[in-house]
Amino acid sequence: MKRTALFVLIGLFLLAPLASGPYLLSLLTTLLTFAYLGQAWNIMMGFAGQLSLGHALYVGLGAYVSAALSLFWGIPPILGVFPAMAAAALVGSAIGFLSFRFAVKGVHFTLLTIAFAEIARLTFQHLSALGGTGGLFLPVEARTGVDLIHLRGDPRMFYYVILAMAAALFLACRALMASPLGYRWQALREDPAAAESLGVNLLRVKLAAIALSAALTAAGGVFTAFFYNALFPDQWFGLGYSIEIILAPIIGGLGTLFGPILGAILLTPLGEAITAVTDGLGWQSAGIKPFCYGVCLLLIVKFLPDGIWPAIRKRLP
Amino acid sequence: MNTLLELQGVTKSFRGLKANEDIGFTVGEGEIVGLIGPNGAGKTTLFNMIAGVFPPDRGTIRLSGRDLVGLKPHQTCAAGIGRTFQIVRPFPHLTVAENVLIGALHAEKKMHAARTRAAEVLALVGLDAKAAQKAGTLTLPERKCLEVARALATRPRLLLLDEVMAGLRPNETDQMVAIFRRLNRETGLSILLVEHVMRAVMALSHRVVVINSGRFLCAGLPADVVKDPRVLECYLGGED
Repeated sequence: MKRTALFVLIGLFLLAPLASGPYLLSLLTTLLTFAYLGQAWNIMMGFAGQLSLGHALYVGLGAYVSAALSLFWGIPPILGVFPAMAAAALVGSAIGFLSFRFAVKGVHFTLLTIAFAEIARLTFQHLSALGGTGGLFLPVEARTGVDLIHLRGDPRMFYYVILAMAAALFLACRALMASPLGYRWQALREDPAAAESLGVNLLRVKLAAIALSAALTAAGGVFTAFFYNALFPDQWFGLGYSIEIILAPIIGGLGTLFGPILGAILLTPLGEAITAVTDGLGWQSAGIKPFCYGVCLLLIVKFLPDGIWPAIRKRLP
Repeated sequence: MNTLLELQGVTKSFRGLKANEDIGFTVGEGEIVGLIGPNGAGKTTLFNMIAGVFPPDRGTIRLSGRDLVGLKPHQTCAAGIGRTFQIVRPFPHLTVAENVLIGALHAEKKMHAARTRAAEVLALVGLDAKAAQKAGTLTLPERKCLEVARALATRPRLLLLDEVMAGLRPNETDQMVAIFRRLNRETGLSILLVEHVMRAVMALSHRVVVINSGRFLCAGLPADVVKDPRVLECYLGGED
């Protein structure tokens, strides 16, 4: 049953571009981007229990590093993704190490993740070499053909790239969960003191979770940069974006593999529908989308605190 | 008998309150030592220092001659210390088998070897029938067994048991005692147990160490210690 559902889902995603126009395709690409980013964030929170509310930091770093490398040195994103991931992993490890060194835990660790994202936002606003508040723009050429090296081409190419990335990350997370590291992450999440008494090196395990989550998030940032072609510090490092990233896994189910995907499938169309309705009614709609997301989150926290996927899984034969 | 664990002059204060003062005793290889004393005598503090949760203010703690002071809990685990917690700390959202697996991963690097080890230890403590259940659903006696299984899975040289018998029925206590005896006999596992259930202390311990108000009181054979007037006095109160 679960397996059949999975194959149907994969089939639908594979065939979707054949039946969808440009609007639906861009919606699906956004959906898969959030599924990917949610999955990457879930490694840190869902698996290892470390709540980051500043994951936009890693998306932004990945985006800016790869865009700058491409603009100024002509390094294509297929190569630029590696320094982008390394930069994010380094920054994430630094935050992780500092918090460990000064015993910053729980809520305070979360505040630290927000603080670093905000520092990055302000720094990039003042980095005139990278456009500052005015933004950094990647040249947009004709949207045809397939150039995976430079990540330029048809919208369908972008769709399949992010589909492949989301699928690969899903499989990687599945393997990680069943690996020694995955079990140590879960031990850290469940009870750090007990984990430590069983020989789990908390610092090492925590840093592994943060570095990996940050690097994978940055890879998502590289894709997003070349998909949207316009980078603004306020958007890419903003707290609003950080929160948007984590909604899908929370609503879908923290610490589960399907949670981030299911959450994105539910939330992205909802967001679009809200925009469509408010635009249709001619409302000034800036605050309505986050408001509706907030209501969704409240309902989930109240009625399905483990998320939607665990509730469905229980009912599956 | 070679000395496995050796404590000398171990002292620890919390905000001026002396929890342990100048405590010294040894546990030999293959020995089971019971550590008893009234509530608040400083037994759990002592355990936490041996396990590396915090260091003593003064004194030395050695395992086979190696200084344990300053090591973190995961390092004392690597040195050969396995411990249970007085207030059980299972990983509630993981299955019983996964709980033990995390301990086993310390002893076995390969996943399948660790799974095998976890299954063996679960069978040993009689929890194998519950292996697939979430640890959060276990009863208290089962959680106590799980604590022991998890610690055993790390393949310790010295097992620290912090009141694992508390809350068990007499027949459950006897089962637990039988398990530790068998482990001790067959694998040479050394055990230091803090325990209030005298039925278990008497049945298990080769030797008993008594501490009172953070100080070493006396040590000896179980049968002798329980007759010692100083011990009776510290439990029942003397006529000062």
